[in-house]
Amino acid sequence: MQTAQLTWHVRRNAVAYLALLPMAAIVVFAYLGTMAWSIRLSFSSSRLLPRNDFVGFAQYTELFGTSRWLTSLENFAFIAVFFLAICFVLGTLLAIFIDQNVRAEGLFRTAFLYPYAMSMVVTGLMWQWILNPDLGIERTMRDMGFSGFVLDWVVNSNTVLYAVVLATVWHGAGLVMALLLAGLRGIDTDLWKATRIDGIPAWRVYAFIILPILRPMIVTSLVLLSISIVKMYDLIVAMTNGGPGNASEVPAKFIMDNLFERANIGLATAASTTMLVTVLLIIAPVLYSQYLGKKGSSA
Amino acid sequence: MFHKTKSLAHTAMALTIGAGAAHAQEAEVIHFWTSGGESAAISVIAEAFEERGGNWVDNAIAGGSAARGAAINRIIGGDPSTAALFNTSQQYHEIIGEGLLNDIDGVANRNDWDNVLPAPIVDAIKVDGKYYAAPVNIHMPLWLWYSSDALQEAGIESPPETMEEFFAALDALQEAGITPLALGGQRWQENLLFSAMMTNVGGHDLWTSVYADKDEAAINSPEFREVIETFIRLKQYVDDASPGRNWNDTTAMLISDEAGFQFMGDWAKGEFKQADQEIGVDYGCLPGLRADSPYVLGGDVFVFPRTDDPAQIEAQTMLVETITAPDVQVSFNNLKGSIPIRSDVDATALDECAALGMEILSDPSRQAPDASQMMEEYVYGSVQDIITELWNTDMSVDEAVSRFDSALRN
Repeated sequence: MQTAQLTWHVRRNAVAYLALLPMAAIVVFAYLGTMAWSIRLSFSSSRLLPRNDFVGFAQYTELFGTSRWLTSLENFAFIAVFFLAICFVLGTLLAIFIDQNVRAEGLFRTAFLYPYAMSMVVTGLMWQWILNPDLGIERTMRDMGFSGFVLDWVVNSNTVLYAVVLATVWHGAGLVMALLLAGLRGIDTDLWKATRIDGIPAWRVYAFIILPILRPMIVTSLVLLSISIVKMYDLIVAMTNGGPGNASEVPAKFIMDNLFERANIGLATAASTTMLVTVLLIIAPVLYSQYLGKKGSSA
Repeated sequence: MFHKTKSLAHTAMALTIGAGAAHAQEAEVIHFWTSGGESAAISVIAEAFEERGGNWVDNAIAGGSAARGAAINRIIGGDPSTAALFNTSQQYHEIIGEGLLNDIDGVANRNDWDNVLPAPIVDAIKVDGKYYAAPVNIHMPLWLWYSSDALQEAGIESPPETMEEFFAALDALQEAGITPLALGGQRWQENLLFSAMMTNVGGHDLWTSVYADKDEAAINSPEFREVIETFIRLKQYVDDASPGRNWNDTTAMLISDEAGFQFMGDWAKGEFKQADQEIGVDYGCLPGLRADSPYVLGGDVFVFPRTDDPAQIEAQTMLVETITAPDVQVSFNNLKGSIPIRSDVDATALDECAALGMEILSDPSRQAPDASQMMEEYVYGSVQDIITELWNTDMSVDEAVSRFDSALRN
């Protein structure tokens, strides 16, 4: 019964499937294929050139004995937690603020969203200049007579990650604002009237009624922000180049350096496979609840 | 035509691609010399090659690792360029091992490279008894530069000749309110400073026994500990804004007399020259801080990917002869800031620092290989990771020694 239905379905949409074939082929060969090849290479002893031997988990053992990789992972976790949390809270507050029908709303909206239009390289370079003791705020304040003024975040190993989070939040908060503002504008005004009649304070309406309604927007913005963390490379290269020392190294930079500068394909692919597995482990529950969970509830 | 499409697929960055072996003596050369002085230098080679009847197809790719990556991709893809530029190091040893390069023994033996070239250079380009690369220049990465005015202001009468005098000068500069040591806090510059301590505190034997022989006793010796301690001691002489600074911005601190000393390769000379500074008047160069300081030989080489096409092999041979010709060597190296690879050239055209370098080079006991010639790239990478961590954290000497031990002898 089911197979008959399926055949009918395929026949009816044959042209559509035919049109999708090239794209499917690209995904399978170019995307999944190279991914599989990377995973394969992570179990080989490849250095400059890909080799076809098999060394088991040797590259992974070496990887997790490399202090620079472990530092990269710690930095990754730190940036992820603080960037997501601050960006989300700040973006939401900005959206709510603009939704109060403030004057010159267009100006604020543009100003807050503008950073997102900048490339990561420009963002990194700009914040590097602002925070650099030789060029930026510290120099300016000292030239103005505040000789004891210190703002050395980018050149101090203990604070460089705050500087990175600051730059990324500056870049990403506007996106959260724009998405949530669009959601807020879609809320039925009758809902507001009803809560006002009931005398519920505005903050409670936002926290318990509005935000839960905005769940799809929130999930979208969190997914977009998470992707930007995993692929974070250009910002770090432009802003700190991983320094001082290894203090702001991130996994993507570790992979690129080993792949292209250090002729260490085996170690680089082991690191990228580790990242892939980590990301899959994190998004698997989300995907599960999004797709399988819904199916269960509708049945 | 088929050739053209194929090569485009191999390297998206290559814009000037020759059609392989269309004409005799056509040479497509991949290199990474794109800055003003560098491209002036390579055009000397290109012109000399064309004078000999060749046709030079220039394929410049910005960035050393990008250019080398493109060259290697073309080699693996089966459509290599005629020649490609690498550093004098082990970067190309793996492709030699895979049989992907043509040897250039013919030219090398005709020109007696065994005796004309310095031994460390021969070791870097001769693998299993055959020559596989043509050296272009010699860069000495560990010169010590100083600003004459800054030294004078701090009351230092003559430039230091020993480590003790060097530290005394650093103290005097600090007291005079001048940044004693200019350092750009990037991985490779911190590594360069450490290498300078290896050669000046540890000396020639320690340099090769730790990096080349990876000798356990040498790594755990008091001499190597002293190198690490001296390196750590230098931290107090560097300014706060050092992390991330580019090397040329760092040299600019000497030009403006804000800082006293900088360890940097002979390419720094170009910065001084551009700022109209004069050797011996505004700035000076010191090859080392001990009478027998090793002269470290870095530089660049061209390699010649495997091909069976007789016309291409002929072009490769002609390239080698052009690159190593004495007159080309002198005019090329004057523009590049490096010194010629052979001692039998006219040295009168060289500046003071280069002439001093040539003179030291004539003593074989002071010739030393660059660190990148003694280790595979990935080992050198982990060594640099340790050095940058050592400089930027409070790592103890014991921990540093054990980290070096496991990175080098793994």
